[in-house]
Amino acid sequence: MGPLKQPPPVRRIVADDEPTVVEPPKRRNGTAQAVKDAASGLLSAPRRHTARKGKVKERMRTEELAIAYGGKPAVKGVDLPVNQGEVLAMIGPSGCGKTTMLRSLNRLVDQTPTATRRGTIYLDDEDVDLLDVTELRRKVGMVFQQPNPFPMSVFDNVAYGLRERGSRRPSRAALRPAVEEALERAGLLEEVKDNLTHPALRLSGGQQQRLCIARSLAVNSEVLLLDEPCSALDPHSTSLIEELIMSLREEIAIVIVTHNLQQAYRVADKVAFMYLGDLVEYGEADQVFGAPKAKRTRDYVRGGFG
Amino acid sequence: MSTHASEGRRIATLRRRRFQPPRLPRPQLPRRERDLLKPEEMVAWSPLDRLGVAAAWFCGLLLIAISASIVIYMLVRGLQYLSITALFQHPVVLSTTQITGTAGGYLDPMEGTLILTTLGTLIALPIGVGIAVWLSEYGRPSWLARAVESGVEIVAGTPTIVLAIFGLLVFTQGVFGFLSFRAAGGAVFGRSFFIAGIMMSLIALPLIVGATREALQSIPAHVREASYALGKDKISTIRRVLLPASRKGIATGTTLGMGRIAGDTAIVVLLLGATPLQPLGNTPVLSTLRGTGSTLTSYVYNNSPAGEGNAPQKAYAAAFVLLMLVILMNFVVDLFSRKRSDTWAR
Amino acid sequence: MRRPDGLDKAGPRKSKDQRAELMLGALACIVLALIAGMIIFVFQKAWPSFSHNGLDWFSPWAGGNVDDQLTAIFESPADPSHYVYTMHAWPLLFATALITLTAVVIGTVFALLSAMFIVEFAPEALRRVLEPVVRLLAAVPSVIYGLIGILVVVHFFDQHLISQGSKDSVAGVVALNGFSWGVGALILTVMITPIMIAIVVDALRAVPTTWREGAVSLGINRWRALWTVSVRAARPAIVAAAVLATARALGEAIMLSMVTGSVGFAPNPLDGVIFFVEPARPLAATIVDNAEGLSVQPFAQTLYALAAVLLISAAFLSFAGWYIRRRLRAYTLSPI
Repeated sequence: MGPLKQPPPVRRIVADDEPTVVEPPKRRNGTAQAVKDAASGLLSAPRRHTARKGKVKERMRTEELAIAYGGKPAVKGVDLPVNQGEVLAMIGPSGCGKTTMLRSLNRLVDQTPTATRRGTIYLDDEDVDLLDVTELRRKVGMVFQQPNPFPMSVFDNVAYGLRERGSRRPSRAALRPAVEEALERAGLLEEVKDNLTHPALRLSGGQQQRLCIARSLAVNSEVLLLDEPCSALDPHSTSLIEELIMSLREEIAIVIVTHNLQQAYRVADKVAFMYLGDLVEYGEADQVFGAPKAKRTRDYVRGGFG
Repeated sequence: MSTHASEGRRIATLRRRRFQPPRLPRPQLPRRERDLLKPEEMVAWSPLDRLGVAAAWFCGLLLIAISASIVIYMLVRGLQYLSITALFQHPVVLSTTQITGTAGGYLDPMEGTLILTTLGTLIALPIGVGIAVWLSEYGRPSWLARAVESGVEIVAGTPTIVLAIFGLLVFTQGVFGFLSFRAAGGAVFGRSFFIAGIMMSLIALPLIVGATREALQSIPAHVREASYALGKDKISTIRRVLLPASRKGIATGTTLGMGRIAGDTAIVVLLLGATPLQPLGNTPVLSTLRGTGSTLTSYVYNNSPAGEGNAPQKAYAAAFVLLMLVILMNFVVDLFSRKRSDTWAR
Repeated sequence: MRRPDGLDKAGPRKSKDQRAELMLGALACIVLALIAGMIIFVFQKAWPSFSHNGLDWFSPWAGGNVDDQLTAIFESPADPSHYVYTMHAWPLLFATALITLTAVVIGTVFALLSAMFIVEFAPEALRRVLEPVVRLLAAVPSVIYGLIGILVVVHFFDQHLISQGSKDSVAGVVALNGFSWGVGALILTVMITPIMIAIVVDALRAVPTTWREGAVSLGINRWRALWTVSVRAARPAIVAAAVLATARALGEAIMLSMVTGSVGFAPNPLDGVIFFVEPARPLAATIVDNAEGLSVQPFAQTLYALAAVLLISAAFLSFAGWYIRRRLRAYTLSPI
């Protein structure tokens, strides 16, 4: 944001009402124009995004998905497709159900005892409740907000998913090419090539997060769910990961939850805006950010409430 | 939200089917992975994993089964042999130094347990709290504090039989004759409630020290600072502010200590003489404490086939009373420490 | 918690505070001195037994029947220069080590699996039952374990597990009547497992959930995720629990004296299956059984020697376990 010398305007959102804008007290240097420029600065931010190249293929979709924690609804009746070949960004204020929605896609929500789920999720037209849950989670990988490398070496971290499934442990020599390939795809191989046996916890935050992505790549995840992956990282690491996301989207369907609108603007092809459990708007990124259809979307995107 | 409830059940049902293989054909392995594992080796749950889960279930259920059988067995046998009147009868003495036979009751052992537990706790409590306060609030010089901490840990780790034999060694020296019986030839008998109580306090001491320190250390710094800011010095702060706030922790430690004292047998067997209550002399309280006696634990030991008595019925009944006592004390500890969130049922 | 030095110069109240500090410090020092004094005293009294036997005290090859040696010591003439001290305690040491190690090994496996069950696989209702169950098992006095052992388990072994043929085959050497080190080790396992379960459960729960979630999100089943991530991270705590349990097992006197047969016999592994039901007598039980003989000087000194060995091993192990837990607290902020 530019050098604001006065507080941004307060917007109160009331359903079905025109948003009221409370003008800040007039100061010598402040102008309403400066504020408007800052708000619309979103659209003038440099876009890292490049147009999609290949075809788009639907990998997952939800039908009337509703999730409640102990009776209190967190996600209400959402239909959302997840496509390979593009990046889907889920935006919305805190607590509106984005993370719950994400965690339901790989059935991590089932681990919470008080959670109940209604509706269906399809992976490649198969109901995920009928699939073996470990198989589902192999195909639908997740990267968390805080990087969580295991307390092992870098090699063991990436090889973990390959070693620990199945009835036989492959030898280290057999694993090596797969590990190196996964690290290469995650853009980490150059940095850790000589230190594969060093503890993963010694890597920097950005490197750890890329390591977590490499873990999922090693087991050939076909869908990658990212839960605010850059919120704990510095801008340089953030941009590295955004580059990585964009390079992976051809082979892998990517869903990224973020509360950083500029990040969503930079990387997304499709955007889903959620508010209090409802899917308010879903569409192409240009359309949602440039000419949002719903009032609430407009308010959020312009002013960033919540 | 009935649909949510039924869906919850649906998910629960689906979860229970996790040991069944997926009904759908196995996924095609991409080229990279075919070198690593053959398709038939790609199973979610390998046989070893299933064995592990089965073993975990087995151990958990075994644990419940063992404790249930102990409690039920003691309940059955104890109620079978326990007669309420016997609780209040003195045991019948068939020889001058042992309690034997199937006649008589357990009043003396019960009194003995009561006296010993009270005595041991009374000795351990002020000393334990004092040491804990010093360690937590003062603790200078630090090498001394480490030494005291280590000393307390060593006492905590010493087997009670070794403590018992310490006691016997120390208190048979002439200088401690006032604590017990001095025989005609000048030899000190070395066994009495006093002596057993002193050694029992060593069992409770580390527990009280630990619990008090924990309670003191969990009091936030601003409470102390507020007290100093009002002009009170350290010792008054401790007495008037910190110790009352630590009451719950101290009570927990004390009750734990009492439970361990009540359950201990080795010290009693060696240091209490296994007689009915035999006071020494005529002063009301002191003579009992200088005399010998027995407790529920030594009573059980002596009446079992391992001791003299061979009266298993008595042993069962007394063991039942002992078990109930210990369970009760544990229950009380539970009540005290309920605040701290270390229940496992999450 | 130390007061910042500036506040120490608080004026006239300083002397009252100083006095209090001195008194409490003195109390702590006195207790420490008493403990140290007792330890030194015991070693001093035990010394003659060690000095007369030298290393043969411990040696497995020195031979002789321990019970006979003890009787000889007890019956030694009243003249101090003719005291008998010959003591080769190997059978007692062997029995102690055998019972303790068996109980700790089985108990650690049992405790680990139970802890994994409690943390991961137990349904809510069972979990709520297991917590008081473990506390109950930890609180039961050892004499009650001994009573059930001697009246139920020994009897069971005698009637149903030892054939008459086996009994006759060793009738000349030792009586196989169910009193055995096997029963002792079995019951001892049940006694030490609850302590270990409490420690391991706390350690497993202290492993960050992000690691578990990360493992599960890679498509690893719950058992593997638990084993390769949580149990691996909790390894130091498991070691500490085992060390503490060993200290507890070493010191168990009453229960073992009730069920192991009170015969100073070293069980022979070469005897085959009978090995498990041979009687024995660990150190602590020996002291309990022979406590009446303390009036005889050399006998008393021998018993103090046994106690000294017990003291060193048990107290040392307990101290080590405590120290490990202290170090772990520094690393992981775990509640153990």
